[in-house]
Amino acid sequence: MPIRRLLVANRGEIAVRVLRAARELGLQTVAVHSDADRESLAVKMADIVVPIGPPQAAKSYLNVDALMKAALDSGADAVHPGYGFLSENAAFAEKVEAAGLTFVGPTPEAIRIMGNKSLARATAAKAGVPCVPGSDGVVDSVDQAVDCAGKIGWPIMIKASAGGGGRGIRVAHNADELRSQMTTAQAEAQAAFGDKSVYLERFIRRARHVEVQVLGDGRNAVHCFERECSLQRRRQKILEEAPSPALSAQTRTRLCESAVQLAKSVGYRGAGTLEYLYDDESREFFFIEMNTRIQVEHPITEMITGVDLVREMIRIAGGEPLRFKQSDIVMRGAAIECRINAEDPEKNFMPSPGKVHEVILPGGPGVRVDSMLYPGYTVPPWYDSLLAKLVVHAEDRPSAIARMRRALRELHIDGVKTTRGLHLRLMDDPRFQAADFDTNALEGWLAERAPAPATTTSP
Amino acid sequence: MAHHEVLSPLPGTFYRRPAPDADVFAKEGATVKAGDVIGLVEVMKQFSEVQADVGGKVVRFLVENEDAVEPGQPLVVIETA
Repeated sequence: MPIRRLLVANRGEIAVRVLRAARELGLQTVAVHSDADRESLAVKMADIVVPIGPPQAAKSYLNVDALMKAALDSGADAVHPGYGFLSENAAFAEKVEAAGLTFVGPTPEAIRIMGNKSLARATAAKAGVPCVPGSDGVVDSVDQAVDCAGKIGWPIMIKASAGGGGRGIRVAHNADELRSQMTTAQAEAQAAFGDKSVYLERFIRRARHVEVQVLGDGRNAVHCFERECSLQRRRQKILEEAPSPALSAQTRTRLCESAVQLAKSVGYRGAGTLEYLYDDESREFFFIEMNTRIQVEHPITEMITGVDLVREMIRIAGGEPLRFKQSDIVMRGAAIECRINAEDPEKNFMPSPGKVHEVILPGGPGVRVDSMLYPGYTVPPWYDSLLAKLVVHAEDRPSAIARMRRALRELHIDGVKTTRGLHLRLMDDPRFQAADFDTNALEGWLAERAPAPATTTSP
Repeated sequence: MAHHEVLSPLPGTFYRRPAPDADVFAKEGATVKAGDVIGLVEVMKQFSEVQADVGGKVVRFLVENEDAVEPGQPLVVIETA
């Protein structure tokens, strides 16, 4: 059913992004807001505005009942979840559909399958997509582990089944090390998580985070090439680029085709991203997980392909078939995105909410800024720190770096601390210029500069 | 004997516990050293530790768990020896 009135169940820059796409499609727009976001840009832009509760996300942007009421009261016939919040909540998607509205995203079932790590892995394996080689479930005895590791390949990681977020991991380089570490790993797992079970996985020394954008209409699927997202701090992406400077044309084709195979095998509908680890040494790639939403860094893909992903998502949700064949999607040049966050890189990335006085956003050829900032806006302390995505596109990577340096110098945000200075340093870093990095690189580079002890922790 | 107030370094939400089902970082009446963690402030989805900047006895907390706090707001009173 064609969509007439779209409610955006989100805030910040992505709410603005989705509203813009809806406007271009001639739709009426509904913005929701917490009490902390009354003055937000999305609220100023939308045709209809609905308050949904107190500042705490749990009571507003994560409040399914409040959002359902807002959708029904405003007469919306579709809901776009953005990213974060309820975007990958299958129960929310189900409620939206049960109320007779359209959820702009995949089916609740696809969200559920891909949201479950082991189900997603099994689905990928069935579609012929390589996953990180590992033991088939828990490994009990030392002999079993050594036997299994021989098949997987060295070095090997011993991971606690109940661990997560990088905790409960040991690395063994050969059978002797594995023999001596196995019992220790089990004892540690028992002590730390109350569960001694461990499993094995190939250890990748130099891994890059490379992800493939897909679009599907439930029958057909295409890819829009990959993004390189290895520059991270505490597992949060800081800078992304497209295409990945690490891949050969041949590897790129194999990687992107594997993503399409997986998307087709689940009859994927909407925009989705398949995350892979890419091993710089062996040139292998391994599927890790799928994100069933639009991602923060989608603009770099839009820049190199010319496809408006958010508009296409809305069209597909409205029942239109995919408007592109794979051969229609052509990659041109290179794009970079710098996340401008309200954080102070000189003070261990301490958050810096508050009132923004002056804002000068860069422009000119090949520059795009997705942001909810305006002069006089107060950045609330309740939500994430993303202020703006500064995106550039140029004919090749060196020109994109030069363009980004120029755009960063034009950018001026007065009143809060931002990560602009960090990005300027990255543009001048020979290691970044040579694309010589993996997922651990940025933290190492930051530590060289400021050997201060960490004082903040992410949950 | 002097009373010292530990101030919030940031605006945000104050927590006395590392996790909802965990014990509080510091009980009233307990003794703390300078550098001991007495709470967390959550701002922009990041948690920052609040450390006692002096050693002494925790007299009382001036804010409740999950209260909104402002930068420079007194959080706890410590009695220094």
